[in-house]
Amino acid sequence: MAGYLLRRLVQSALILLGVSFITYFLLFILPADPVRQIAGRAATAETVANIREQLGLDQPFLVQYSRYLAGLFQGDLGRSYLQRTEVSTLIGARLPATLQLMAAGIATELVLGLSMGVAAALTRGKALDNSLMITSFVTVSAPQFVVSLLLLYVFAVKLGWFPIGGYGTFAHIVLPALTLGLLGSGWYSRMMRSSMVEVLRTDYIRTARAKGLTRARVILRHALPNAVLPVIAMIGIDIGIFMGGIVVVESVFGWPGIGQLAWQAIQRVDIPIIMGVTLVSAAAIVIGNLLADLIAPFIDPRIKLR
Amino acid sequence: MTDATRQVETAKPDGALRRLLRRKLAVFGLVLIGLVLLGAIFAPWIAPFDPAEQHFDGLTLEGAPLPPGGVYLLGTDLLGRDLFTRILYGAQTSLIIGVAANGLSLIIGTLVGITAGFFRGWIGTVLMRFTDLMMAFPALLLAICLAAIFTPSLWIVAMVIALVNWVQTARVIYTETSSLAERDFIAAERILGASTGRILFRHILPHLVPTIIVWGTLGISTTVLLEATLSFLGVGVQPPTPSWGNIIFENQTYFQAAPWLVFIPGAAVLLLALAFNLVGDALRDVLDPLQRGRD
Repeated sequence: MAGYLLRRLVQSALILLGVSFITYFLLFILPADPVRQIAGRAATAETVANIREQLGLDQPFLVQYSRYLAGLFQGDLGRSYLQRTEVSTLIGARLPATLQLMAAGIATELVLGLSMGVAAALTRGKALDNSLMITSFVTVSAPQFVVSLLLLYVFAVKLGWFPIGGYGTFAHIVLPALTLGLLGSGWYSRMMRSSMVEVLRTDYIRTARAKGLTRARVILRHALPNAVLPVIAMIGIDIGIFMGGIVVVESVFGWPGIGQLAWQAIQRVDIPIIMGVTLVSAAAIVIGNLLADLIAPFIDPRIKLR
Repeated sequence: MTDATRQVETAKPDGALRRLLRRKLAVFGLVLIGLVLLGAIFAPWIAPFDPAEQHFDGLTLEGAPLPPGGVYLLGTDLLGRDLFTRILYGAQTSLIIGVAANGLSLIIGTLVGITAGFFRGWIGTVLMRFTDLMMAFPALLLAICLAAIFTPSLWIVAMVIALVNWVQTARVIYTETSSLAERDFIAAERILGASTGRILFRHILPHLVPTIIVWGTLGISTTVLLEATLSFLGVGVQPPTPSWGNIIFENQTYFQAAPWLVFIPGAAVLLLALAFNLVGDALRDVLDPLQRGRD
């Protein structure tokens, strides 16, 4: 176990190192010039050259990257080109909002997805099952921005139940969390359905029924706990997709999280911020996958970590 | 020919098509795809107007876009252009990108997956580690970043999407190839002296065709969604070329007063992605003998 954990941690660190290298390289070779953005249109060639030298952007790629990496190992993500603030401060200020939204979104998608999946499994082949499965297809095919705008239009503009955007109270989080929850629910409902169907076929469920237990007790006490765990373990793997949705949802609802920070930074070619957010997101994905693998043997003792 | 081989023979394509057409949802998906395809191909003949033409009578006296109904079937946009016409031409963009980007990502994914699965050793390790690395990339963020900085054309958007999307295919193909490579008939071919190329193209690749078809179909749905999202953010296909995503991008500021400008193209994206998902899912059931007969 300890050996496995150590190996996976080293692997994860290497993956993050790779992500940092590729992102830095892509941003280096791409045609947009951050110095022009900082200096403004009216700047003379001399000013531009000065800024470039100050930021070390006149150095060859490997020199720049190794400097960045040296900083990274000391926990220094660099300084924003345009805001003159530490990137870690900027991300730190935005992270709580994103984490709140993630928690609310994941809770919503689990509640919706799991209950839809269970309902479908229990009514297998009937009308409810069919319509729930069609719903799940619709939610996985819906573009994030369309769902965001639709909820925004119906519940904020027309009905006026929730604010149109922004951050602060509980009412603000409802629509963005619902968007993320609806979009993710289809995926979970289909997994929950097949997991439940599989469990309902097992011998121990037949035994429980044969003992004369009520249907409700068999489902709630015997089938559900066994069916739900493998699905919940999928959250770790889902994080990558979830992070993508966050960028769009934050931009539509004006949610002040790291997705919006990244989007603004991309438009202004503020490379240190882009690097920082990419690394933080990649770290979230890597940690999510690692946790999913680590809890697998607790859910299913037949799985051995090697 | 023994009974067993005959059975395998009949389980092949034509039987699959028949089984596919027996599924209502798959047929619904195929019809939708057919309609979009016809709309895209015949856009120049079906469309009532020119997609770039700004009509004087396409705006109200106050300069607001017209709602659906009347001469302009689905209404007009902020510049007084016919929305129906732009949706038809937008279908071209979606399908071109869907097919090009997805085709490219399928090729990359299949090549990486087969190579890694068949050759194992250090090549396989390096390729699969790289795939793991790509899995850790926040895909949408990467795509936005690349697209924003490249000032994208249609083909660059397609390329960006392909570069982000090949990973899933590579993993699936890798798993299948590595289990195929251990099967007895491959060992037998090797003993008979078949070249690596022959084994790969005559024996491994044909077995992968069902998987490639399924992932190819499901992948178009992902691609269509990603293109629409990039264009919605303004970093995808650039106006004046119409794309369903950039129609929404251009008109978003006005969407409270003219919701049709957002929701009609939005519905188009949803329906096309849904169609490919339905067909892909049905294909998976139909082509995979292990899945057949299960619920």
